[in-house]
Amino acid sequence: MSDVTTGSAAVELRNVTKRFDEVVAVDAIDLTIADGEFFALLGPSGCGKTTTLRMIAGLEFPTEGSLKIFGDEVGTLPPNKRPVNTVFQNYALFPHMNVLDNVAFGLKMQGVDKHEARSRAQESIGLVQLGGMEKRRPSQLSGGQQQRVALARALVNEPKVLLLDEPLGALDLKLRQEMQSELKSLQQELGVSFVFVTHDQEEALTMSDRIAVMDKGELLQVGSPEQIYEHPANRFVADFIGQTNLLEGTVADHETVVLSNGTRIAAHSDLAAGSAVALSLRPERASLHSRGQDVTDGANVDGVVARVTYLGNALVYIVNLDWMEIEVRDENNPGADRFHEGDEVSVLWSTESVSVVTN
Amino acid sequence: MTTLDHVVGEVATPEFEHANEQLKRRRGFLMALPAYAYLVVFFALPLVFVVIYSFATRNRFGGTDLAGWNLDSYQRLFTDDLVGTILARSLWLALLTTVICLVIAYPFAYYMSTRPESVRNLMLVFVMIPFWTNFLVRNYAWRVILGTDGPLSQTTEFLGLGPQKYLFTSTAIVLGMVYGFLPFMVLPLYAAIERIDHGLLEAARDLYGTGVQSFRHVLLPLSMPGVIAGSILVFVPSLGAYVTPEILGGAKTKLLGSHIVTQFLEARNWPFGAALSFVLMAVMLATTIIYFRKGGRTL
Amino acid sequence: MSGTVAEPKGATKRTLQGLSGLVYFFFYAPIILLVIFSFSDNRNVGVWGGFTLDWYREFGESSGTQDALWNSVQIGLVSTAVSVVLGTLAALALERFTFRGKQVFDALLYLPIIIPDVTMAVMLLLFFAQIAEWFGITKGFATITLSHIAFSISFVSIVVRARLAGMDDKLEEAAMDLYATRWMAFRHVTLPLIMPGILGGALLAMTLSLDDVVITQFVTGPGWNTLPVFVFGLIRRGVTPLINAVSVVMLVASMGLVALSLITDRARSSDSAT
Repeated sequence: MSDVTTGSAAVELRNVTKRFDEVVAVDAIDLTIADGEFFALLGPSGCGKTTTLRMIAGLEFPTEGSLKIFGDEVGTLPPNKRPVNTVFQNYALFPHMNVLDNVAFGLKMQGVDKHEARSRAQESIGLVQLGGMEKRRPSQLSGGQQQRVALARALVNEPKVLLLDEPLGALDLKLRQEMQSELKSLQQELGVSFVFVTHDQEEALTMSDRIAVMDKGELLQVGSPEQIYEHPANRFVADFIGQTNLLEGTVADHETVVLSNGTRIAAHSDLAAGSAVALSLRPERASLHSRGQDVTDGANVDGVVARVTYLGNALVYIVNLDWMEIEVRDENNPGADRFHEGDEVSVLWSTESVSVVTN
Repeated sequence: MTTLDHVVGEVATPEFEHANEQLKRRRGFLMALPAYAYLVVFFALPLVFVVIYSFATRNRFGGTDLAGWNLDSYQRLFTDDLVGTILARSLWLALLTTVICLVIAYPFAYYMSTRPESVRNLMLVFVMIPFWTNFLVRNYAWRVILGTDGPLSQTTEFLGLGPQKYLFTSTAIVLGMVYGFLPFMVLPLYAAIERIDHGLLEAARDLYGTGVQSFRHVLLPLSMPGVIAGSILVFVPSLGAYVTPEILGGAKTKLLGSHIVTQFLEARNWPFGAALSFVLMAVMLATTIIYFRKGGRTL
Repeated sequence: MSGTVAEPKGATKRTLQGLSGLVYFFFYAPIILLVIFSFSDNRNVGVWGGFTLDWYREFGESSGTQDALWNSVQIGLVSTAVSVVLGTLAALALERFTFRGKQVFDALLYLPIIIPDVTMAVMLLLFFAQIAEWFGITKGFATITLSHIAFSISFVSIVVRARLAGMDDKLEEAAMDLYATRWMAFRHVTLPLIMPGILGGALLAMTLSLDDVVITQFVTGPGWNTLPVFVFGLIRRGVTPLINAVSVVMLVASMGLVALSLITDRARSSDSAT
């Protein structure tokens, strides 16, 4: 426990692979999760995020690779020997025990004295604001309350890392948003790392300090929400996180990309000339103008408004560029120009608004 | 603080994963082993005995010679007139029992499924009770009712129909079997009909179907798995019935089950008895396999 | 999905109602008549001759029935205990593990349920005829109990398996995540949750053992009777009011088991509501 890296790394995966028969669920990933971090594993279903979480919990053993928790190798330890606890998807509360017994279960299994276990469980139940519900069965609780019991049941053991598998997936939208901020403040209060799995990119962006995006068993990008949104590492990440327009093209030089229709666009990249790329342009980063206006900075392409969708707080235009359609989102400000179906327009954006992504 | 001991593991390897997988398999196998071994010894092995005996020869003293293998017993199945009669009668009565059960149970199960949930559950409980009640006793009750001077005969006499002979007839056997096996028909039928979305029947009526048409084209096809499961559950034990014909039937209404028993306990022709029970088992297996092939699940 | 099927109306409804009434009458009238006649003071079993308890007294004094009853209870208890343990282990193995020969085992476990009594009786008769010769086993308690276990295991395992299948297997993982060893997870989570299934299976095994005539009759030895076999023998020799009384005693035992099974069933459905 002396060197610096183990002191700050709560979870460390090196070259971890998990194969189920011939299927590679997780493919040689490297990942370091810092102590006290709110960390999201994000990806579509079947991307390997849940398997990764289950390997950290000990519910699956890696096929190979090193898995350390606070510097200790745990790859071959069963779940009951690891200092981590899990909030399961759909909670997995014990239906034959009341709330108090559910929460005290982990302490009892560790041989904590009965009285102490009860008082600590009580305290933990208070922490998730369920005081007075101790004698209820899980079936007598609402979804949100069950979620809190699952949290208390894990946290009462003072895990060094808390793992959460789609913790908010079963809740309705309003409750989910409420729990998001509650989880976040709970994590900050406790200072323990939370590692949570989600397929909801918005949830990942809202809650996490850092996000790991996974697809097909591979780790595509790890970074802060801002890094991932602003500078997606590749086409998949750009497309998966938020809305984006992908304009196909090839790199001409470090400052220019030639779109598939021949338009030259200023865009910075470090790729070799001739590389096939796409420009990722977020709908809110582009703006519409009437044709013929002078463009001083950035780039523009011409098109015709094909559809307008009114969202209340914003307007979404689908602009037909002949070779593709592009989505542009405008804030609904009183002074802003409004366009209509059939209007001939220019789509305008600044150079730093686009990122060049590879396949 | 957790009271967890500080334990350190090792770097996971494919070998460790494999060993762990093997350990899990071995654990599963060891759990299954006692029952597995038990059934091999006290079920599979006896099954083999039946097959072996069916090819053996009966000797003069009523014993069995296992040495001389032959097909005599199977040949006799086709040549012995008595066997033919008994087989035909057993099949006919089992079929009749199945059809009668189906006719009674279908509307009943349907009606049950239209009741509110609490009533439905209560109705179900009162079907389950005879299902759990001692089978011998239930058959014996009919012996009392159908007997000479019994309640039924007294009733018919009172009505001026004169005394009737019920006991020791095929009718009595079918009555007893319907009584005994009706719950086996009701339960799967109810399970199948209850699952059907009632909106479908309303849709059929909405699309100008008459009551009969919506039954034929919607309810019946959708409840088919229940019909098949129930029919098998009634047909198989009816075909092998022994207790009911012994109590309610007579010498002239002998069935396959009784005939098999006779070969062992009275005629002492074990090879022929073994062949007969093998045939019964084959029919049963064939019926069940057809059912599973048709995609049924609820047995 | 579980909503009621379209409500029948008018004449259809009345017909169905009447029919259902008849079905229940058909189910219960014979049983009720049997109970009534067991108190009838008349040598003829189906004729009412005034109230008496004589036949129950005769049952109490008949050593043949007493012995048979005691045998039945002993065999029922032993075969239930053994088949519950074996059947539950089999259910756990099949529902939670994969192992070599699993499919064969699964099929083998189904066979005793679908095979007709008579066939199974023949199988075991031939088997014990040889085994008794080889190992010098006396036919009777041992052979009957062994046979009853052979069919009860399957029924127990089916009932327990249904319960296990309805149980979220994440619960065991959750227990292990909360520092339970494999054994503690079973002891504190799995076992209590499948207990209603185990009890249901036990009651079924007990009922089947107390009901069985055919197989028992084939594997028993001279002088050894269970209650149903004893009664069956009496019936074949000619009915007497004593049989009415014994039948009612068996009926009461069945009803007791039904009541117990309904209670465990209730516990089963209330727990699985989550």
